[in-house]
Amino acid sequence: MTLPLFQTHQIMLTIGPATFRIASAWRAPIDALERLYAAYPRPADAVADFTVRLEPAGRLRRWLRPSIFITGDHGLADAAPMSLAHGLLAAEMGMNLQMALGWRRHLLLHASSVEKDGQVLVMTGESGSGKSTLAAQLGERGWRLLGDEFALLDLVTGHVMPFPRLVSLKNRAVDVVAADVPAERMGPMLMGTAKGNIRHLVPRADAVARMGEGAPPAMLLFPRFGHETDVRAVGQGEIFMRLTQASTNYVALGEAGFDALTRFVATVPACAIDFPSGEAGMAMVEQLWAQRG
Amino acid sequence: MLLVRALRDPASVDALSPGQWNALIAAARAERLIGSLADRVGDRPVPAAARAVLDDALLDTARERRQALWEADRARVALAALGVPVVLLKGTAYVAAGLDAGQGRFIGDLDILVPRDALHEVEAALIAAGWEWVKEDPYDDAYYRQWMHELPPMIHATRDRMIDVHHTILPLTARPRPDAAALIADAVTLPDGLHLLSPAAMVCHAAAHMLADGDMQGGLRNLWDIHLLCTQFSAAQEDFYASVYEEAARHQLTAPIARALRLARHLYGTPVPDYRAPITVDHRLRWSDRLFIARLLARDGWGRETRKGLVFAFYLRSHLLRMPPMMLARHLLTKWRKGHRPV
Repeated sequence: MTLPLFQTHQIMLTIGPATFRIASAWRAPIDALERLYAAYPRPADAVADFTVRLEPAGRLRRWLRPSIFITGDHGLADAAPMSLAHGLLAAEMGMNLQMALGWRRHLLLHASSVEKDGQVLVMTGESGSGKSTLAAQLGERGWRLLGDEFALLDLVTGHVMPFPRLVSLKNRAVDVVAADVPAERMGPMLMGTAKGNIRHLVPRADAVARMGEGAPPAMLLFPRFGHETDVRAVGQGEIFMRLTQASTNYVALGEAGFDALTRFVATVPACAIDFPSGEAGMAMVEQLWAQRG
Repeated sequence: MLLVRALRDPASVDALSPGQWNALIAAARAERLIGSLADRVGDRPVPAAARAVLDDALLDTARERRQALWEADRARVALAALGVPVVLLKGTAYVAAGLDAGQGRFIGDLDILVPRDALHEVEAALIAAGWEWVKEDPYDDAYYRQWMHELPPMIHATRDRMIDVHHTILPLTARPRPDAAALIADAVTLPDGLHLLSPAAMVCHAAAHMLADGDMQGGLRNLWDIHLLCTQFSAAQEDFYASVYEEAARHQLTAPIARALRLARHLYGTPVPDYRAPITVDHRLRWSDRLFIARLLARDGWGRETRKGLVFAFYLRSHLLRMPPMMLARHLLTKWRKGHRPV
């Protein structure tokens, strides 16, 4: 018997190919997940791929100025504690951490991806490049969102598999996207996180319903938000190097990772695009997509 | 505990519910025994989701094995010109020797043992070959050099892998004084010119590492190493445990060896016999062993550490083992001033 004061709250949910078992010392983060992941598979009795734990960051931090330490099967000893007010973000980061450090069944690219006509557009870049916002916006306008954070490259077929977790919208992107989306698909506004103000977006119903369904990649873009419109060619050597850096498990997969990445770089046309606004970015994407090989 | 039972008797996993699998996997990952578990379970029929997790672990341990052997080879090349014996320790030694203890084992740093009077040359040769210091702190550096059994850890600049260069197997401040020269003199030579500790010395080192150093973090894994080493060596050599006790006596490690064998026999079912002649050795559990077992099993179904008080007591014990009380007080005061807080 655990005392109610020390109770562990929990939820299990499946996103794409991965099932997470999440334990929290507090009720609130689990409630937020239950609301936003309501349409996702919630296996009651399954073997999970990963355990995520949201623990008090210190002995008294369960009750007094509650503060979350994110850990699980895989964790970082020096992870900064987070406020309980950002509990939903902590849970999302906990799941990302497990994928980034522990996933071995696909080559993981830090990239967003969307699908149309049975083919996939992959967008990669640093945090702040606009890849996540662009994917979210395309996902509202005729594309199927596969994921805003990780593109999973199948080691055998070379297809991109969906990982449609909640899209994390930051700062200016929040208002831009929220204007197009009904309130029940938006999470709470999380003010003053380490990355500014964050609000989560639930992908559209078709993105969730078809999350087991991948498709072959047909185009790779390196977007850059906030610059004058420009399209540049990128050499294959540079693409390869940038994608090894954008992958958290390239080294861990060894030869299988090398083979998958080589095939991707050799067969998928790529370019870098600069765009001054979301509207301009989407127009460029549609145009390049229509002209693809 | 599910993990101990699964390692000891892999058939026990056949009856696990999904919830029990989750607890088993979380504990095995937390104890860094998931690869060993995967190896033990082998191709028994298990739920597909569990199979996928176990296969991931096997992929990881295969890579670690390859990396460990490559690091050992790089150290061999870097040190070849010195003509000093280089003895592989722990995980790297187990995989280099093809021992059961290397199967499915995670291997972190490369640990090597070299003669103490060659330490300066070894250090210089490793730096020339691309390894560099990790610890910038002058206190830590001085502490290692004066009191520890190893140089401060070094990391390779391009391969990002750590090496620990030992000149003996316990800190100089610990009470037992192992005979490092004898360990090196008795070492076994591998075809590539690297060396391994003799079988009995290997078990002694594993027991010293688990029980006479450290705070028992990773204790279940250390004990699993001891179990596999003993099981394999004793099957090949009838009086193996007598050699172990003989070796332990040379290094003042009789008490840690006796406890390690009692714990391994109790938890993992290691085939350790009792002796009546020429000496009496009784491997039934002592009262104090219960504390060690409670510490080893301090992990819940979410992979969280439990029994905080006991865990902290073992943390304190690890410091008392390493240094006399006055020295410990000075050390903790220095560390506290630098902002270090335990647990």
